[in-house]
Amino acid sequence: MARTPAELAAARPGPPFEITVDGRPVTALPGQSLAAALWAAGILAWRTTRIGGRPRGAFCGIGQCYDCLATVNGRPNRRACLLPARAGDVVTTQEGHGRAEPDV
Amino acid sequence: MPNPTSDSAPHDGYDLAVIGAGCAGLAGAAAASELGLSVALLDMARQTGGQFYRRPAPELRVERPQALHHDWSVFTGLRRRVAASGVTRLTGHHVWSVTREDDGGGNVEWVVHAATGADGGDERPVRVRARAILLATGSYERHLPFPGWTLPGVVGAGGAQAMLKSGLVLPGRRVFVAGSGPLLLAVASSLAAAGARIPAVVEASGYLGYSRRPGVLAANPLKLGEAVTHGAALLRHRVRLSTRSAVTAAHGTDRVAAVTVSRLDRDWRPVPGSEHRIACDALAVGFGLAPQIELATALDCATRRAVDGTTALVLDGLQRTSVPGIWAAGETGGIGGAHVARVEGELAGIGVAAQLSGRGALVRTGRVRTLRRRRDRMRAFADVMAAAHAPGPGWTRWLTDDTDVCRCEEVTAADIREAVTDLGARDARSVKLLTRAGMGWCQGRMCGAAVTCLAASGGESVPPSAERRPFAVPITLAALSSPESPADADAPSTAPPDPAVTDD
Repeated sequence: MARTPAELAAARPGPPFEITVDGRPVTALPGQSLAAALWAAGILAWRTTRIGGRPRGAFCGIGQCYDCLATVNGRPNRRACLLPARAGDVVTTQEGHGRAEPDV
Repeated sequence: MPNPTSDSAPHDGYDLAVIGAGCAGLAGAAAASELGLSVALLDMARQTGGQFYRRPAPELRVERPQALHHDWSVFTGLRRRVAASGVTRLTGHHVWSVTREDDGGGNVEWVVHAATGADGGDERPVRVRARAILLATGSYERHLPFPGWTLPGVVGAGGAQAMLKSGLVLPGRRVFVAGSGPLLLAVASSLAAAGARIPAVVEASGYLGYSRRPGVLAANPLKLGEAVTHGAALLRHRVRLSTRSAVTAAHGTDRVAAVTVSRLDRDWRPVPGSEHRIACDALAVGFGLAPQIELATALDCATRRAVDGTTALVLDGLQRTSVPGIWAAGETGGIGGAHVARVEGELAGIGVAAQLSGRGALVRTGRVRTLRRRRDRMRAFADVMAAAHAPGPGWTRWLTDDTDVCRCEEVTAADIREAVTDLGARDARSVKLLTRAGMGWCQGRMCGAAVTCLAASGGESVPPSAERRPFAVPITLAALSSPESPADADAPSTAPPDPAVTDD
């Protein structure tokens, strides 16, 4: 009986790489979405809500609910369940509406 | 594939644009292309397959993709047909609108507007022109709120399965699966096979509803086989099935740590004193699926209220919507599953080819008669299934005043009840105007079913109108304001690099 999803599907991914999540290193596999990499690291929340400041993470998993929004490489409001993780990605918990550095 | 129709009707685009590359879209695109049409197939995902055949990215180098799926050979067959045909695959395209252009001489052309990129954020808009449209946009999960459902670790049942299929990850180790509908069994068996411990599948309905239509069941032995397969898998993984029960609360501070499971009466009212609190580190929850039809409603396609209370498109025997030139197949016409989606996609593809090329004989063949028979038989089963799992009115009893109903705008059950009882709202639209429920990022996709139900609780109410969204997906102002790149066959140099090369 398979113990992990990777064993079940007989995955032979390329070498893992690092991203940082709020300054903390997290290992991702090539091809995984940011949300998948975060789930694999046991991280379920990477956003706080605009009104209550409550933690949120991936909910629908298919790009419909927008609960998984994250600030990725300084750009807010990216859907982590759709974005592939790339080596060196910097994910920061998105607070409220999310704020980006002025693009000038 | 040669394109015989392009000579008779000059146009700068395709004969058919298929939106959605799941079972219905793949079958429709293949069928139309095999009959000589030029076809563009658009999908937001990087790979074809839709949600049912969602698969890991190629970089994960999965040797046994079939371990995550049912009927894998059906999918590989569809992919082979699409690959062998002349279908242009435009993956990574988020379609946000379809517009109609009339040249004044009676020639109508449809323009599909899309944003590219993994999450649609590349801000490079693309347009695809076509003489006909096939909407195969599928569905998304229907949710009913309960206290604690916004806690991290509470995820959609379909969402958990989607994350497993695409990213090979689980939301936790000890995962409750709850809600209603046959998807729960599939989700539980795949999560369990992937190593999660599933203490129970908590189904709010019973299964007796199926027995009311024995004839329909007997005519769909395939479905019975599926049920047996899932049942055996659950037994093997020692997953308990609790019917007439629901997770009526999730507990935790930063993430879910436990759930309360309650028995339900026939109307889904929690039975007082039946509550049990059980530890877990994730909850996968969903109450069936809802057709994704915003592109169609924006075009004024007629809708109907399906047996399960969702809004679906009105379609004729050849999958035509009420708007000439717009076809639809699969879940857009009512939740029916992968098999019916494939059959309807096939029918639609043939129907479009018959109409555009003026070869009416194409729809008077034995093949079309067989497809229609199969569709009708499977649709009858889908209706039985939908009725068996339709939410009972008593679910609203498990809401507390401070339960968030609208996740995006953090609108509570008390806010909505105030709008209904004190301010006179009688439909979801009025509630939205008074409370902002459904006005956030997801545009009501997560809370729409619940808000509609809460708004109707005052008694006889106006049936909710089909959702109208000017844009099917949010789009940045930057993308709206930049000139669009045609993705026509005539202008390949400006078309995006075709990510579909990674697809097959």
